[in-house]
This record gives sequence, C-alpha cells and structure tokens, in this order.
Amino acid sequence: MIERPGRAGLHFLPRGLSVILAFCLLATLAFAFDFPPLSGRVVDQANVMTAASRSGLEAKLKDVEDKSGIQLVVATVKSLQGSDVETYANQLFRFWKLGQAQKNNGVLLLVAPAEHKVRIEVGYGLEGTLTDALSSVIISSAMVPRFKTGDYSGGIERGVDGIISILSGDSADWQKKVAVRQDDTSGDAGNVIPFMIFLLIFFVVWYLNRHGRGMIFIPPGGSVFGSGWRGGDSGGGFGGGFSGGGGSSGGGGASGSW
Amino acid sequence: MPVIVSRIRIALAVIGLGLVLSACGYNTIPTLEEQAKARWADVQNQYQRRADLIPNLVATVQGYAAQEKSVLTAVVEARAKATQIKLDASDLTDPDKMKAFQDAQNQLTGVLGRLLAVTENYPDLKSNANFLALQSQLEGTENRIAVARRDYIDAVRAFNTALRTFPTVLWAKTVFSGEKPMAEFTASEGADRPPQVKF
Repeated sequence: MIERPGRAGLHFLPRGLSVILAFCLLATLAFAFDFPPLSGRVVDQANVMTAASRSGLEAKLKDVEDKSGIQLVVATVKSLQGSDVETYANQLFRFWKLGQAQKNNGVLLLVAPAEHKVRIEVGYGLEGTLTDALSSVIISSAMVPRFKTGDYSGGIERGVDGIISILSGDSADWQKKVAVRQDDTSGDAGNVIPFMIFLLIFFVVWYLNRHGRGMIFIPPGGSVFGSGWRGGDSGGGFGGGFSGGGGSSGGGGASGSW
Repeated sequence: MPVIVSRIRIALAVIGLGLVLSACGYNTIPTLEEQAKARWADVQNQYQRRADLIPNLVATVQGYAAQEKSVLTAVVEARAKATQIKLDASDLTDPDKMKAFQDAQNQLTGVLGRLLAVTENYPDLKSNANFLALQSQLEGTENRIAVARRDYIDAVRAFNTALRTFPTVLWAKTVFSGEKPMAEFTASEGADRPPQVKF
C-alpha cells in the first residue's frame, strides 16, 4: 500500500517512450505502400506501353509543364498492393508531391492493369478546372474502351489528350490562371530565426532609444516589423532530373474500371 | 557602464530564453492543435459539399423514379439531420458530440448508397447526363471525405501524441494544461468507403 515516490515517474517513462516509438513507426507507415520512384513524367512500372508512346508522352507532358506549370504524370503500376485505387492514387500523388507547392497544380493518371482500375487524381489547385465529372467522362469515353481491348498506350494517350484539352480550355485560354487553393506551408523551423531577429532588432532599437537619446524612433503602433518575415519558399525549381514540386491532392478526380 | 552591460545581459537572456522555448517544442502543441483544427475544417467542408449536392440529386432522381418515395424521403430526412449537427473546432475534444456528428453523417452515407442502388433499375435515369455528372460529383465528394478524414485522424494523432510525449508533455502539463486530447473518428467498417457506383 506504500506508494513509492519514484514509482509514478518510472511508470510514466516507458509508456511515454512507447508512444514515441509508436509515433516514429507511424511516420514511416504513413506511406505504407512500396511506390515506384518518380523516374520521369511517364512511369511505366507495369510495362504495358510501347516505347514510342512513352517518349511521345514524355515530350507532350514536358510541354504542358513548360507552358502552364502544371505537372501531369502518367503511372502504370504492377499492383495496387491490396488497396483500392482511390487510396493508392492519393498516397502516390502525395508521395511524389506533384504540382507546385503553392498552387498544387498536379495531375496523376494512374493505371493498374492487373486490377483493371484507372484513376485521374487531381491536385487541390486544379479541382475547379478538371472536375470529377469531366475526369469521369474522360475515363469512361476515351480510356476504358481502349483498355478493354488491351490497347493501353492508345487509351493512355487519349486520356492525356483529354486532360490537356480540359486544362487548356480553348487555346486562347492556355495561360489562364485557375483559382488555386493556397496551402499553409509554413514550416515550424522557419519560425525560429525570424523570431530571433525580431527580438534582436527590438532590443537594439529599445536600447539605442534609451541610451542613444532617441536615435531611432519607434512608432506607437510598433508596426515597423509588420509583415514579411517568413521562411523561404521551397518548391518549384526542377534541376536536371524530374521531381515533384511539393503539391498535394485531397482526393479530387474520378476512377473507372473495365 | 555597468548599467549598459547589465542591460545587454538581460537582452541576451531574453533572446536565449526565446530560443530555448522554441527549441524545446513550446510551439509544437499550439501548432499541432491548429493543424488538427484546420483538417477538421476540411472534413466539415467536404461533408457540407456532399449535403449541397443532395437536393439536386434528389430532384433529378424524382423526375425518373418518383415512386421510390421511401428512399427519397429517407435521404432528405437524413440530410436535414446531418446538416443540423455542427461540430465546432472547440467541440473536438468532446467524444459524445463527435459521435453524434459521425452517426448522422454515416446515416446519410447509408441512405445515399441505397438511393444509388435503386437508380440501377432506371435505365433512362442512368443515361441522363445531369444524373451522371451528379453521380461522379457525389463519388468524388465521398472520396474527398475519406481523404479529409484520414488527414484529420493523422493530425489528431500527432496532437494527442504531443500531449503525452517528451519534451512536449512538459508544456502540456504546465503552460497548456487546459489542452485535452481530441476525439478521433472511430472508423466504422464500410462507412469510409464511397458507395460503389458502376457505370
């Protein structure tokens, strides 16, 4: 019946540790799938496309990004690894971070020949343009009929054409800016340095004001440091290889099967 | 001169304190809490989006299948009930309110599935362009709900973990002692899945 003082603390520690461990595990499990690497704009893991089709699409998709900034990527996978196509596509999209970080203007066209599933996963920023209904029409009219006959290259090419035509509107509208959903990408680490700088400047000013006989005037509202202290934007910028720009998707788009 | 030195010391001490606070995760709990609340707002937006689609869907189905009155009425009633229950960000720590919200939405998911199943019997309806568009929008919304729920669950897990783990538990027990763990969704089997719609 005697509660030893150290007991509670000792008991608490292993539980805390196990929660930490569970959390670490969780972080690694966030993408529980074994995703193929983003080796290019066409990732034909299932190997169902012709070489000519692949290289033709690569060029076409690069052209799309050069003109509009939209990252459109085609992927065929060997297996959905027991998942449904919606979850797999969403996780793969986020794993690859398609689209620019601030605009979330990525599109993933995912084909799973083994499961007979196809999905167009649309980034947040393009949901207003490439709607679920339009994605669904592209899948059911342009892609599924060709997939049924085993013509994966043809179906994918037609699907990409459909997506591009919708994203571009009519040709004059090619550059049009779609309403994008801004993501709050404020990093935690980025907040420390501005805070330090703020404090430093504040004290220097305060100090000089007190001891330097008012060399620097502090306005009453103190809004000299109003806006503009923010961490650097990471995103955009693709070097030699191809990589995602940091975009995300919230499950927009449509799926189909054949 | 000693006055100046001591002032500089104080200034450095305050800067140092700020650094120590940040480095020890003082910001973590409020940051995670705000993130979880933002994810909750996403969940609610998507449910609202679904609710907004339903009147149009019901009207379209009614034009072709007016005799399916019982299902249509059930959908309208479930929608009314689901839209009545709002869950503010401040209520997220209340498991009962969360359960009530969840039950109402799951109820709506169920009757919507029944409605879509019924429409299979009406070929005219199934070839109606307006209905097809609504159907794909509804599917898309159900999928967005699933994604938003998953994101919310992850955010809540991170927040609840921070309340119990070192070093953030130190802040949770002292400065943020008012913070309670948020309620997760109890993912009921099948409720996460969008109703299967075949074209």
